Amino acid sequence: MSNPTPPVGPGLPEAPALVTDTVTAPAPPRHGKKAKSGKPASLWTDAWYDLRRRPMFILSVIIILVLLVMSFWPSLFTAIDPFNARTCDLATARQAPSAGHLFGRDNLGCDVYAKTIYGARNSIVIGVFTTLITTLVGGLLGIVAGYFSGAVDAVSSRLTEIFFAIPPILGALLIAATFRGRANSILLVIIALAVLGWPMTFRIMRAAVITAKNQDFVVAAKALGASAGRIMFRHLLPNSLAPVIVVATINLGVFIAAEAALSFLGVGVQSPDISWGLMISDARDRFLEAPLPLVFPAVFLSITVLAFIMMGDAVRDALDPKLR
Amino acid sequence: MASGSEPILEVRDLVKHFPLTQGIVFKKQIGAIKAVDGVSFELSKGETLGIVGESGCGKSTLAKVLMALERPTSGSVTVSGRDITRARGGELKRMRRNIQMVMQDPYTSLNPRMTVGDIIGEPYEIHTEAAPKGDRRKKVQELLEVVGLNPDHINRYPHQFSGGQRQRIGIARGLALQPEIIVCDEPVSALDVSIQAQVINLLDRLQKEFNLAYIFIAHDLSVVRHISDRVAVMYLGKFVELGRDTEIYDRPAHPYTQALLSAVPVPNPEGREQRERIILQGDPPSPANPPSGCRFRTRCWKAQEICAEEEPLLQIRTGVGHESACHFAETHDVVHAG
Repeated sequence: MSNPTPPVGPGLPEAPALVTDTVTAPAPPRHGKKAKSGKPASLWTDAWYDLRRRPMFILSVIIILVLLVMSFWPSLFTAIDPFNARTCDLATARQAPSAGHLFGRDNLGCDVYAKTIYGARNSIVIGVFTTLITTLVGGLLGIVAGYFSGAVDAVSSRLTEIFFAIPPILGALLIAATFRGRANSILLVIIALAVLGWPMTFRIMRAAVITAKNQDFVVAAKALGASAGRIMFRHLLPNSLAPVIVVATINLGVFIAAEAALSFLGVGVQSPDISWGLMISDARDRFLEAPLPLVFPAVFLSITVLAFIMMGDAVRDALDPKLR
Repeated sequence: MASGSEPILEVRDLVKHFPLTQGIVFKKQIGAIKAVDGVSFELSKGETLGIVGESGCGKSTLAKVLMALERPTSGSVTVSGRDITRARGGELKRMRRNIQMVMQDPYTSLNPRMTVGDIIGEPYEIHTEAAPKGDRRKKVQELLEVVGLNPDHINRYPHQFSGGQRQRIGIARGLALQPEIIVCDEPVSALDVSIQAQVINLLDRLQKEFNLAYIFIAHDLSVVRHISDRVAVMYLGKFVELGRDTEIYDRPAHPYTQALLSAVPVPNPEGREQRERIILQGDPPSPANPPSGCRFRTRCWKAQEICAEEEPLLQIRTGVGHESACHFAETHDVVHAG
């Protein structure tokens, strides 16, 4: 084994030279593994393969996983139970951070760290579910309206304009106040925000689909006899998903913040229940004296939104073969 | 006819008008763009019919109607004995197996987010009876080889190929269902001249191999001459002349055809001096409001009163061996190229 392995010579010709007009491919194979494994590739398997190698994606997934564990088992992160009134002490209100109370205490003398950890559940549940509902409903209707145009488009577009005309906070307040007591307050907030949030996704998806559907590959698919469903989900959806992903991930933060506004107005999450939005609005009054009770939940909120935006960005890039 | 005998495609009095509407809520039709206005022809097995004409004369609309992507205003398109313009649902889908198309722009006609394997394999997914599931991948690789691409590139994406290679992918997709007719809508006009020749030669080879019939639409006369058995010249939604390629190129009878041919670049500088240049005046009239009688009369140097009153039909006229639509048709060799 003294000789190093000789380099593989010129190798076999790339293309079988059976016809005179054969052209050799200029593009070098980007993924060495694909030539070897005989498995058929598709957009989604390639995207998944690509995602697993993106540090941004891995980092964002780790952050999101930690946040999810925090939402479901907050006691893993803190020994203090913020729902127990005895852990609060008015005498120590707005106390600076100390060894036992890392983030200090808030206006009521409760531990900010424990509240931030326990607040993750409501905020993340509201953010994630509202985003899921608006994206699914708005996206689905957007594809259908954009593809079929005509009467379907006219009716759904006018419908979204009605929702756009409602001031969002006022509309959510109306919905949440009307059905108050008849359902869980978290569920009410999700429904109120989703009802007012889906038209945005609808408009973006519809616009992207209208751009995509005029391209020749859609005509080619029709000429092959492809059904409307195949054209919408195999051809149009992957080509119009990018802007929807961007808006969905940004909206996630907007929804978490909107929940705070609703709490402030007296619907939505109410004390003694905890959410980041509620904590931010509670700490606002004394912000100049004690900024930390506002800063910590706000930082957690930012990290959450950032993680989702990073994940959305990575997914969007992975779904574009040109960017791989 | 140049080859074959029984027609596999028969087009009768095909008309496609696009309505022009006014108003937002209550739409009122105020006219129509007469994109295709009474076109008839036949296509035999293994034959190539070239269709030439300037931009906006209705070539691409004709292709779309043939492919049943647009419903005609009237007329019929009979593919192997059945009218494709009246077929619906499952019947239409079955008929599509016999008539496929190659599109003009290889940069937009392939879905950028599908692999080549998925693009060429899609016909089999739509027409599941065409190939059993296990065979599809092998069939796709065979098709890649047939069009001169490396079968190992099945997992690549369209952007990793050059324009000519992409057009080969488009051709492979058209071939997948083994149709008898392929409608080529300007298949080479988006490509470099050197690549054009490769793609044309490929189409030529495939025709012989699979006994395909082509409708070959182009605005480049020399490309059409190279591949066609018969050529139709189109002007403002109508055929003005139809005949074998030698008849059209060497003995054109319609003034419009003569003018078109006189504009073809001649590579040999010696011949260039001899040929005539016919320069047409003005622009083609609007297809929404075509001239009465002969549509070409507004730009024709032969026009007389009869041209405005009576529409010349596409028929064999005295002194001309093929069909032409001109009251004063007479053959005239414009190119003198032999």
